Amino acid sequence: MKALRNLLDNIKPHVQKGAKFEKFHSTFDALETLFFVPNTTNKNGVHMRDAIDLKRTMAIVVLALVPALLFGIWNTGYQHFLALGQDASFWEMIGHGALKVLPIVVVSYGVGLGIEFMFAQIRGHEVQEGFLVSGMLIPLVLPVDIPLWMVAVATAFSVVIGKEVFGGTGMNIWNPALVARAFLFFAYPSKMSGDLVWISGLTKGEGVVDGFSGATSLGQAASGMAPTHSIAESFLGMIPGSIGETSTLAILIGAAILIYTGIGSWKIMVSTFAGGYLMGLLFNLWGANALMQVDAIHHLCLGGFAFGAVFMATDPVSATRTEKGKWIYGFLIGFLAIMVRVFNPAYPEGVMLAILLMNTFAPLIDHYVVQGNIKRRLKRAKVAA
Amino acid sequence: MSEVIKIKKGLDIQLAGKADKVFGQAELPELFAVKPTDFHGVVPKMAVKVGDKVKAGTVLFFDKYRPEIKFVSPVSGELAAVNRGERRRILEVVVKADGADEKEQFGTANAADLSKEQVVEKMQAAGLWPFIRKRPYDVIANADETPKAFFISGFDSAPLAPDMDFVLSGQEEALQAGIDVIKRLCDNVHVGVQNDAASKVFKNLNGVTVHTFSGPHPAGNVGVQIHHTMPISKGEVVWVAQPQEIIAIGKLFTEGIYDANRIVVLAGSEVEKKGYYRTKLGASISTLVKNNVKTDDTLRYISGNVLTGTQVEEDGFLGTYHSQVTVIPEGDYYEFMGWAMPGFNKFSMSHSFFSWMCKKKEYRLDANMHGGLRSFVVSGQYDKVLPMDILPEFLFRAILVEDIDKMEQLGIYELAEEDIALCEFVCTSKQPLQATLRKGIDLMIKELS
Repeated sequence: MKALRNLLDNIKPHVQKGAKFEKFHSTFDALETLFFVPNTTNKNGVHMRDAIDLKRTMAIVVLALVPALLFGIWNTGYQHFLALGQDASFWEMIGHGALKVLPIVVVSYGVGLGIEFMFAQIRGHEVQEGFLVSGMLIPLVLPVDIPLWMVAVATAFSVVIGKEVFGGTGMNIWNPALVARAFLFFAYPSKMSGDLVWISGLTKGEGVVDGFSGATSLGQAASGMAPTHSIAESFLGMIPGSIGETSTLAILIGAAILIYTGIGSWKIMVSTFAGGYLMGLLFNLWGANALMQVDAIHHLCLGGFAFGAVFMATDPVSATRTEKGKWIYGFLIGFLAIMVRVFNPAYPEGVMLAILLMNTFAPLIDHYVVQGNIKRRLKRAKVAA
Repeated sequence: MSEVIKIKKGLDIQLAGKADKVFGQAELPELFAVKPTDFHGVVPKMAVKVGDKVKAGTVLFFDKYRPEIKFVSPVSGELAAVNRGERRRILEVVVKADGADEKEQFGTANAADLSKEQVVEKMQAAGLWPFIRKRPYDVIANADETPKAFFISGFDSAPLAPDMDFVLSGQEEALQAGIDVIKRLCDNVHVGVQNDAASKVFKNLNGVTVHTFSGPHPAGNVGVQIHHTMPISKGEVVWVAQPQEIIAIGKLFTEGIYDANRIVVLAGSEVEKKGYYRTKLGASISTLVKNNVKTDDTLRYISGNVLTGTQVEEDGFLGTYHSQVTVIPEGDYYEFMGWAMPGFNKFSMSHSFFSWMCKKKEYRLDANMHGGLRSFVVSGQYDKVLPMDILPEFLFRAILVEDIDKMEQLGIYELAEEDIALCEFVCTSKQPLQATLRKGIDLMIKELS
């Protein structure tokens, strides 16, 4: 620790402005602040600061994602051996899953952080921490059989087009991880939907048990069948789906961490689930096709709904920033997600589209909340006058 | 008994180093100073030269653009130095006390017999006008304006702040005399008190309306109290002053002198003998803190509280509006993997450190930033600690893009730096919000005058 500090102190003069390796200032700074919280103290204004910083905030979100990641790793193995009809031990499943999932995580972080460092360098900024979360979110919303090069392309697209063109962390309009997923979905639809991509090894089709379908429940419902998986299975997550989104339970553990630490907005989570539930109930009443008949609670456990509500919709940068706005924003996401899911059989996963749409409208919602505040103040002035 | 106004939003920072309610003994220092930087928007013009003899109440400097606003010496002695900073800006006007305690005589008067103009004139002549500040903008009041009310906060809710009941006990008469003067300036005088304090001093005052508040800091901020009782809209003005300043105003009329005596609290985790001390405005803090602080770490001396105070040297001077001296560790260290540690000793409004497990604990906090400056990322934090119907983040954005109309619409008239100090404290992105707000206020003053 002391040696590391000394090493950094030795390098530091060489990467300052005007020194020989000035170009590497951002990189050095990122690494230095990763290892050591800087010794800067408050000069003007408050003399004390809350202990929290953006690194801590992002680290907590990553921590909240860990249950979903671990479950995703296990489920990847579980689904794989289920498809092959083989018995496998817990550790074999974990082993297989880890081999499949971890490379995706590594590629996502490698490519994303690489680009972030480059941009910080070019702009002479500090490296901002936003990608620590995006880099974990991206793998968790992808099907496990996705080729690694696609992960790399999508990550690059999301960091450059989804974030850096707007000015970096804090400036983006859409959730970068969803931009990556949307990019893949529209650029390579065959790798992002259908019955085969969700289970590792199924695309090649070797040795699969006869009659095994890798279809997701949503895929089944969209094609008019009742889902084979029960609500309980969907809730626990032993179903095919994107890596991190299957287990509602694991996601709810993450939600508990986010809400308890105060980092994720419980208002958005609650209102998203409420919006989805209400729309589900309305469709139940209508009941015209298999998707409409899916139980409202079941709807919330299917596909990426829970994952989107807990981890995607709550991204503070792309969500509404007023407290009242959060209720409206979340509710509409839930409402629209189920609506897209039911009305668009070509692509039953509506959560991604609903969130991206509401990201777009978040400033508008905020605008009306702000106008409301302004009007209240004007009214008060008139009453007083 | 009026109803209690409950302030729900806010945050009490659990700081170690609270002072006991006892008076400590400390000699008065040799040096005193008036710091023009304490007064927003004042361009000082010197009235005396280095070496001149001054008495308590002798004008040291005045505002170049409002020469009727004068700033006077707290003690008798001679002008020792005029310390200047960048671009020859005057930072400190230092007086070396001679111990003779000579006072300028301004003559006693019965405020009730005087007109508003005469009261103003008398206060300005004796250098007391700077204590009357106004909202909006939190600057020295303009005597030509007619305020809709005069508001005095009867308690200080900031971290480690002095207990006003204790400070004021025994000075009831002078306080009432001051209130009588204030009533000549503005008949509508309001006082805010805390519901779990006795506040006898205030409740026994004649001619004031008392409002009772409960809840965490910033409930004691006069801006918050005004917001909940008579919010300021465009074109309205409320004048404010602090209780000890009212006493000084009272003494001008009853005794005919400029009274610089103040009771300050000396607090903070690094102070050995915490407590209340009798001193004077602008006193050097050296006699208070010498041999009275722990010396394990580099220390930060603050005139005022940890949220809004001014950093001073160990022989620096007490600010004009401050009745508190706080000493905390500087915190200029590197913390290995600090952002990843469990953090049992860290204080955070969020529950992201394990310190939430031991709620009641008092924390020894330092001036470390705990992170780097970032753009606005986390939302909703400011709203939790600003008990006003204001959307702080949107106001700050309006200030950053210098949109005067939006700033006005979003309520900049109601805010002073102290009101949003907690927003700055909790900010994950470590934004300098008080400086941002002042920039906005300065812009408003410039554009609208």
